[in-house]
Amino acid sequence: MNDHGSRVAATPEGEFLVDLAVTCGGVPMRTPIMPASGTFSSEMDQVIAVDRLGALVLKTTTYDERSGNPVPRVSETAEGMLNSIGLPGGGYRQFLSEVLPIYLEFGAPVVVSISADTVAQFGEMTEALSVPGVAAIELNVSCPNIEADGKAFAMSTSATAAVVAQARQATSLPLWAKLTPNTAEVGDIGMAAQEAGADAVVVANTILAMSIDPITREPSLGNVMGGLSGPAIKPIIVRMVYQCALRLDIPIIGCGGIQSGHDVAEYLLAGASGVQVGTVSFVDPTALERIEDELVSYCLEQEVRSVSELVGAVKTAGATSASDMEVAP
Amino acid sequence: MAAVLFNQIVGDGYWHLRVVGEGEHVGAKPGQFFHLDCPDAGGRLGQGRSYLRRPMSVYAVDREARTVDFLYKVTGVGTAGLATLRTGDELDLFGPLGVGFSVPEHTSHALIVARGAGLATMGPLVSQLADQQIAVTAICSFRSPEAAVGLDPFERTGVTVMPVYDSVDPASEESSGMANLGQLINVANQGCAIGAVYTCGSKRVAAMLNQLPSLTNVFSQIALEQRMACGLGMCHACVVDVRIPTTAERNAGSDDQQTQGEWTKSKRVCCEGPVFALKQVLV
Repeated sequence: MNDHGSRVAATPEGEFLVDLAVTCGGVPMRTPIMPASGTFSSEMDQVIAVDRLGALVLKTTTYDERSGNPVPRVSETAEGMLNSIGLPGGGYRQFLSEVLPIYLEFGAPVVVSISADTVAQFGEMTEALSVPGVAAIELNVSCPNIEADGKAFAMSTSATAAVVAQARQATSLPLWAKLTPNTAEVGDIGMAAQEAGADAVVVANTILAMSIDPITREPSLGNVMGGLSGPAIKPIIVRMVYQCALRLDIPIIGCGGIQSGHDVAEYLLAGASGVQVGTVSFVDPTALERIEDELVSYCLEQEVRSVSELVGAVKTAGATSASDMEVAP
Repeated sequence: MAAVLFNQIVGDGYWHLRVVGEGEHVGAKPGQFFHLDCPDAGGRLGQGRSYLRRPMSVYAVDREARTVDFLYKVTGVGTAGLATLRTGDELDLFGPLGVGFSVPEHTSHALIVARGAGLATMGPLVSQLADQQIAVTAICSFRSPEAAVGLDPFERTGVTVMPVYDSVDPASEESSGMANLGQLINVANQGCAIGAVYTCGSKRVAAMLNQLPSLTNVFSQIALEQRMACGLGMCHACVVDVRIPTTAERNAGSDDQQTQGEWTKSKRVCCEGPVFALKQVLV
């Protein structure tokens, strides 16, 4: 392994180099693997080599201080979990002075994730957080839009475009738009983000969900509803990555239920250039390292010299266009 | 990874699990916990497998034998999975995690008031207090005499336990009622002043201890439970509201342990706890 993410392996035919490096949404990375926002913090430095990660995507910071949602904030389901954490944090000013400096020390590209109630706040935060050392800004447009009755920005093409355009004016840094799966046409939202100037889209945030304890008759989450994540949602998000890849020119970062190197390969084949790994880190704190090792093993077995060869390389027999994909199941 | 030495029922639905692990496991301090990847409890369609790990406080540690013990009650799919473990099976445990109990210098008499499953986390603390030759008054609360489990660490260290029960006459000296507990504590305090208080397992007990006039200025800690996901602090799931000192209190040099501050701040039970200053916790 070297700093550029290449792994040398000996085979009967001689040395074989696997190149893990990718450039994803304007950010050169040593591997396509990064943590998903909200599932990584400096505490992880105790269990993995953080500088091995493609990028450090930080927990979403908000315009104002937020205390978050009532407990219970998590509950498990078959092959996944529901969460309603509620973006607790000290607000972006405190983030800038107290939190960000900690992560700039780790040596991997730092991606700052932001969320706001209004388009103007997104612009103001993007400008304030475009500071030296930050590699990209991830716009968490999956949060409720206060100006549109609480409907998530990323449920609307116009609201998504408005946020991305405002942020685009505020920075020269790469901008990633993190989309919500809670919409009928994620491809349309992705196109809106691309046209407004996004450098990549992250597909996707959690799926709005709910569970109820039949004995107590209470919702399992204090906030009643929350986001479903984990392997349970992976086929849905792989499908959305594929749908976006058919239409978008900008890179796609896949995020949803990745637990193994094969899962990463699956997302890359569907059209993702990079991946974010989240929920599995709660179960296996060393997952980010393990998944990189598994991806290397997969590449060796499949004689893949560069992971970028895999991007969009799914072999579909018939359907290849977006219109073919609109057939109802 | 650790190997199961035994896993047996000890009464009232409780199980005692002992594993032998690597050196790092036995570094667990009193009040710390491990995050356990519970095995599949069986059953169809995936209902038998807990997706998330389960936090489990340490019941006992033996450094020389490299063993760690847990005491648990089967209450759901995670603990049902633990109950399937047999001698020789492997258990994936992550830890030790969290901030444990602390013992103030010059403590000569410590009070432990614990209830039910909350007793498990007191095991290593009792051993430490005994090692430090600190006298211990232990009041252990149960539903009934039949439900009295988790007393091994007290017996092993020669600490006399005052058991109290829900099932007896409220006027009895063995009643778990708050009035009787307050009375028992006051008597113990008269003999030799209590210098440290530790509690776990009951909000009612915690509230009573917080309000007992004789303990107002005594160092007091509580071990909390909360539903967790990551166990490391990343996910912010396991939060609890705590009091933090007001500016005036901080300026007056107020000790965090004793603060009566009004405003609250959420803290993560996994990495900023599970042990907190009792007076900081809103019970």
